[in-house]
Amino acid sequence: MPVEAPVATPTLSKEEVLRYSRHLIMPEVGMEGQLKLKSAKVLMVGAGGLGAPLGMYLAAAGIGRIGMVDFDVVDHTNLQRQVIHGTKDVGKKKLDSAAETMHDINPYVQLDKYDVALNSDNALELFGQYDMVIDGTDNFPTRYLVNDACVLLKKPNVYGSIFRFEGQATVFAYEGGPCYRCLYPEPPPPGLVPSCAEGGVLGILPGLIGLVQATEAVKLILGTGEPLVGRLLLYDALAMRFRELKLRKNPECPVCGDHPTVTKLIDYQEFCGLGRGQEEVVEATGDIDPVEVKQKIDRGDDFILIDVREPHEYQICSIPQAKLIPLGEVQKRMNELNTADEIVMHCKGGTRSAKAVDILKQAGFKRVRNMKGGILAWSDKVDPSVPKY
Amino acid sequence: MAKVLIPTPLRQYAEKKDTVDLHGATVGEVLTALTTQFGDLRKHLFTDEGKLRSFVNVYLNDEDIRYLNKDKTEVKDGDTLSIVPSIAGGLYAG
Repeated sequence: MPVEAPVATPTLSKEEVLRYSRHLIMPEVGMEGQLKLKSAKVLMVGAGGLGAPLGMYLAAAGIGRIGMVDFDVVDHTNLQRQVIHGTKDVGKKKLDSAAETMHDINPYVQLDKYDVALNSDNALELFGQYDMVIDGTDNFPTRYLVNDACVLLKKPNVYGSIFRFEGQATVFAYEGGPCYRCLYPEPPPPGLVPSCAEGGVLGILPGLIGLVQATEAVKLILGTGEPLVGRLLLYDALAMRFRELKLRKNPECPVCGDHPTVTKLIDYQEFCGLGRGQEEVVEATGDIDPVEVKQKIDRGDDFILIDVREPHEYQICSIPQAKLIPLGEVQKRMNELNTADEIVMHCKGGTRSAKAVDILKQAGFKRVRNMKGGILAWSDKVDPSVPKY
Repeated sequence: MAKVLIPTPLRQYAEKKDTVDLHGATVGEVLTALTTQFGDLRKHLFTDEGKLRSFVNVYLNDEDIRYLNKDKTEVKDGDTLSIVPSIAGGLYAG
């Protein structure tokens, strides 16, 4: 059988033959497949939870050229799941830390580092240089941006997403197949779906979902097996259950449908309702600085401090005077409060408590304020012995 | 009786339950039964006009109800209804 080697593909060196021998002896990969991997160009968006296993295994598999887009810096809270970074890397650029690990795993791989925030101005040019894009991002604006750019350029988008102990994975925009907008035409408004920083994530989960993405990327390159196209894979780590739902192309899809209305990249911050930022919404509900709250406590002011976080977060740290009413219970338990009371609400960072303030205001409470920056700001400004998480 | 699977992000509005068994002849009826039992879920699933939100998908067994008969899709005994909201997950400042 003739080996269909692209022009730029050299042969494998003696060292590489040894390195990839467990691939080479497998007919599904073989020399032909390994050369395909070597000539492949894959772009990873994000070098975090999903990017960690992706980067390590794609490098190990011998993908010839791996691009990485990330502008973040490694911090201690990353280490619970981002295994491409180590304790010694805290404070380093994630790109540098990831590249160092990947280079150590496989020095025969070319690594392109893009220390930028992906946006509508740079996405098409960047994506254009690669065969496929792997979406390991953490927010809706970037996910819609990655999707639209992939559809416009006709590049597969290997998608994975995680929340707490549940994950989703699929391959979008593969040979005209369904895209992210076919699945979800619009993003949730800011604040309605809890973020990972609020909701947490089981550290092992991105490992598994990232490896599903890596597997699919390698299969697409090899052209072998049945790609995860037209199927949405759902994984529930608690139940240890995989499920599969049908994913159909939506003929009305604004970007890949029969009559697309999105024919170039748009402003994704605005599309996701983040136009002027969430800060203003929080501001409008009336903020109070943690220092001022502390002064009120010290003065013995007559007011009620309510913590709207979840009980397990309360166990990590709390303000002694605070009464715990998780956000999900505020509606039900507001009868424990008086509309004339002076109330200050707080959460971890200030987003959930802003929602709680809105709930009470809509119910007729007049003197409700949100503690700016939540218990994190309390730790910074009032009591450094309160641990941050 | 249909089994409704509630996804992680919405369990906090459903007394932390992951599944609920509910009666209803159509998807719409089952979802109404669900939001009657858990009032807080309603605004997360439906718009003020009562339309299913565009970032929440509902599947009858493995098929998206948008490609069946939407909320009028018939539900049989033993069917599973999955609610699958979009998640963006990673690390995001909240």
